[in-house]
Amino acid sequence: MTEKIHVSSAPHIRCDVTTARIMHDVIIALLPCGVCGVYLFGWRALWVMLTSVVTCVLTEYLFQKGMKRPVTVTDGSAIVTGLLLAYCMPASVPLYIPVLGGVFAILVVKQLFGGIGQNIMNPALAARCFLVISFAGRMTAYPFLRTVQPPVDLVSSATPLMDLKAGQAVDLWHMFLGTHSGCLGETSVAAVLIGAAYLFFRRVITWHIPVAYIGSTLVFCGVFAAFKGAVPADMTMATYLVAQACGGGLALGAFFMATDYVTCPITNGGRLVYGVLLGFLTAVFRVLGKSAEGVSFAIIIVNLLVPLIEKITMPRAFGKGGRAK
Amino acid sequence: MFKQAWERLYNGLVKENPTFVLMLGMCPTLAVTTAAMNGLGMGLSTAAVLTMSNLMISALRNVIPQKVRMPAYIVIVATFVTVVQLLMQAYVPSLYDALGIYIPLIVVNCIILGRAEAYASKHPVWPSLFDGLGMGLGFTVALVCIGAVREFLGNGSVFGLTILPDTVDKIAIFTLAPGAFFVLACLTALQNKLKAPSATNTPKAKNRTCAGNCAACPSGCMGCAADAQAQKEGDDR
Repeated sequence: MTEKIHVSSAPHIRCDVTTARIMHDVIIALLPCGVCGVYLFGWRALWVMLTSVVTCVLTEYLFQKGMKRPVTVTDGSAIVTGLLLAYCMPASVPLYIPVLGGVFAILVVKQLFGGIGQNIMNPALAARCFLVISFAGRMTAYPFLRTVQPPVDLVSSATPLMDLKAGQAVDLWHMFLGTHSGCLGETSVAAVLIGAAYLFFRRVITWHIPVAYIGSTLVFCGVFAAFKGAVPADMTMATYLVAQACGGGLALGAFFMATDYVTCPITNGGRLVYGVLLGFLTAVFRVLGKSAEGVSFAIIIVNLLVPLIEKITMPRAFGKGGRAK
Repeated sequence: MFKQAWERLYNGLVKENPTFVLMLGMCPTLAVTTAAMNGLGMGLSTAAVLTMSNLMISALRNVIPQKVRMPAYIVIVATFVTVVQLLMQAYVPSLYDALGIYIPLIVVNCIILGRAEAYASKHPVWPSLFDGLGMGLGFTVALVCIGAVREFLGNGSVFGLTILPDTVDKIAIFTLAPGAFFVLACLTALQNKLKAPSATNTPKAKNRTCAGNCAACPSGCMGCAADAQAQKEGDDR
């Protein structure tokens, strides 16, 4: 009789969602972008992705072994970090750059802060910023598409966002499909949306962050561009904003990076505040700043503000505190 | 007498190294160590001021009234800083330009005020002199180490001598502010890992209730109370 009475402490209802399951879903959702990157930029893109993923996994394994901590490589979070890191660098980078970035992402940003769940900013994006500051030339030398025969004396070409910044009109359909130069995994909005649809279907992410982020980016970009007169002469405000939405890392950042469980707020209200802050900073960097892109810097800065956002959006426990009647 | 002098030197260089163990004077440490030469210049000028001010404050320790000791220390330190500043401007103008505002800011360097308050004001002239020298040299060694690593990784050279050829990519972030934090943290971690003997890294330290953390020290163990005092009162500029 006694073996039928199971005594345990709360919580008694559990769901089958584990870190590993979520990470595997994210990896599956990231695949369309990777396939697209390899299709657009050739096998070189695959090598960059593999190098980055292998470095991240190895770094995590070696560090945890060396520090005699439980090894958490099997949860797949290092693979996600490696993929995201590779997606935000050009396919033409020398392979020591993804190696260095992978080590920085896992060792400095993730493990030194205590491992999964403890990092204060998104490891992949922090590593990208580290690399962009360190190797500015190589990280912004975007290669031509595999299918495009480059002019003889050129090895890199401008991204649509750079063209926009320079006041040239861009082709929106190409931007949506991703058939233009840029970082290897972020050019195609279509591929990102396919992955994001899978994440929504699996309920890994909610709508709050992507909608608040992309929406506020467009609003602030529109306001700043109107104020500064940054819209190219042969584009309307509407097409300019669509180009901003499809350009650079905004789609990949909004669906995959800003929604990182560790570094985004817990409550839905907090997530909206977080998204709007991200949109504001991205628009400031893109329209008012000197460079054409600002998604990665915006996300890691707002990642640091998340504890404050959590503080002001903390829900009140039922029956406690609140306004006196 | 010489044994005491050596003990103070060893204490400043290794056991209570102001940068890697006491974590004092972080502002010049992080700001000027973009190159090994800058670190050396900053370290030596601080060492000169520290030695002379320790000597003077120790000599005047029975004359300075307790209530106005801080202003008195500042006046003494500022005097020596002015001397060092004028000398550097005259003889090493390029280094003077490279260090910029951080030379006058030696006045409020918390290592100097910390040593004045924690050591020189309570001890005779001879050990105070070597305490200042040891701390100053410890600071210099730390700054040169950080500067050399940053210059090598970020610029491919050490003390201005090119080591890596132009074809090798340098990691430019190491010559910028974030690089200072990375290098300082790594060197401090290395010092801890290698169990270099220091005030917080001896077998005895493990038995202390504070585990070497003077800020959270409940018992006021006398071993590091002086440094906690220095840390509390030193104004880190």
